Amino acid sequence: MADQIPLSMTVNGRTRRGLGEPRLTLADFLREQALCTGVHLGCEHGVCGSCTVMMDGQAVRSCLLFAVQADGADITTVEGLAPDEETLHPVQEAFRDCHGLQCGFCTPGFVISVAAFLEANPDPSDEEIRHGISGNLCRCTGYQGIVAATRQAAAVMKGNEQS
Amino acid sequence: MKPAPFEYHAPETVADVVGLLAEHGDDAKPLAGGQSLVPLLAMRLTRFEHIVDLNRVDELFGVSADNGGVRTGAMTRQAAVETDAAVADRVPLLHLATPHIGHFQIRNRGTIGGSIAHADPASEYPAVMLALDGVAEIASTSGTREVPAAEFFESTFMTAVAPDELLVALRFSAWDQPAGFAFDEIARRSGDFALAGAAVGIGTDADGRINRAAVGMLGVGPIPLRASSVEAALLGLAASEADPAEIGRLAADDMDPIGDVHASVDYRLQAGSTLVGRVLAEALAQVSTEAGNG
Repeated sequence: MADQIPLSMTVNGRTRRGLGEPRLTLADFLREQALCTGVHLGCEHGVCGSCTVMMDGQAVRSCLLFAVQADGADITTVEGLAPDEETLHPVQEAFRDCHGLQCGFCTPGFVISVAAFLEANPDPSDEEIRHGISGNLCRCTGYQGIVAATRQAAAVMKGNEQS
Repeated sequence: MKPAPFEYHAPETVADVVGLLAEHGDDAKPLAGGQSLVPLLAMRLTRFEHIVDLNRVDELFGVSADNGGVRTGAMTRQAAVETDAAVADRVPLLHLATPHIGHFQIRNRGTIGGSIAHADPASEYPAVMLALDGVAEIASTSGTREVPAAEFFESTFMTAVAPDELLVALRFSAWDQPAGFAFDEIARRSGDFALAGAAVGIGTDADGRINRAAVGMLGVGPIPLRASSVEAALLGLAASEADPAEIGRLAADDMDPIGDVHASVDYRLQAGSTLVGRVLAEALAQVSTEAGNG
């Protein structure tokens, strides 16, 4: 049995410390030790995108990283996206408005991916949106609502920047 | 879906990495972006007693100018390759192939060296490296050696890199102008492994005659392959007169596909050679435009 390694990283603005074997994935650390259960585990091998989080500002699959690799990193999960407890992030708001979710299992991964995607592509075409969300699987919506939500979020986020 | 236990090493220099690999041999595996290795570990298709993480080895990251071409450190993220101006300018084929790799979340972690060392026959960078005659720099405790792409891919998932060696960088030279490049692949869904793919480079002389042709193929054999029949048929032709669909059909002779649940042998031969024709058409159109401008 490999030794337990002390872990420390910033999760949604707060320092989280823990202990884990090297094989502990970042996803399991976030769920079980940082108690960010919005990090969902669908496939656990990098296909479904449900576990997507931001590490140092970039969207990554947290099931394909070991927690020890994220030691010292700055992690944002879906719990850390909204500016405060009363306000939703524009992407979250848009998913609610446009029926971008049904069962909700894939939603945290989508929301993180779309937030990161819009950061890099503030004014995407529908084709770019479809390409941008292709790394996340949804088995309920048929994606139409998610594309519409991404479109709305893009417009709102652009408006916010201009005002 | 949890990996078997392993001991974790996070060295910060290539010297320390190759020292660990020399010490542990077959029992150790370098971890690059982890977008292929971690799923293999999670599904327990493989296991290693020692994982040597390369993510803190700064000297393995980054793209630099190299004798008119580029040298990419093995740990350069695919996302960094995708947006690098020197890559886009000097090695357009590498730039064109990158968005086809997985999804942007995968490219944020995945690395060029990891993709090439993993040597999945359906992945993009190995076929590009083969088409462009890229060179691999491989380090061990006894020094660094260079291996050309033609000798690098030995069989499926097997390369010239020995267990005690580390792929440290890839070098690609720039082509003389005018030249045209194109890349495309067929996949069931965006981001899936390709059923077939093609990476094409075409160079001409001042009169528009083809004097250099490179066609790399992925997904149609146990390793990435070159369509030598296509390349031979192109040389000496006027780029504006070559019939890409007709010449592309020759590519089937250079393929060695397997049939599986995703596509039959016949399908891969037909779809693959049709694709080679289409990608070739794109590269030819581009080189004709380039020549017209020049």
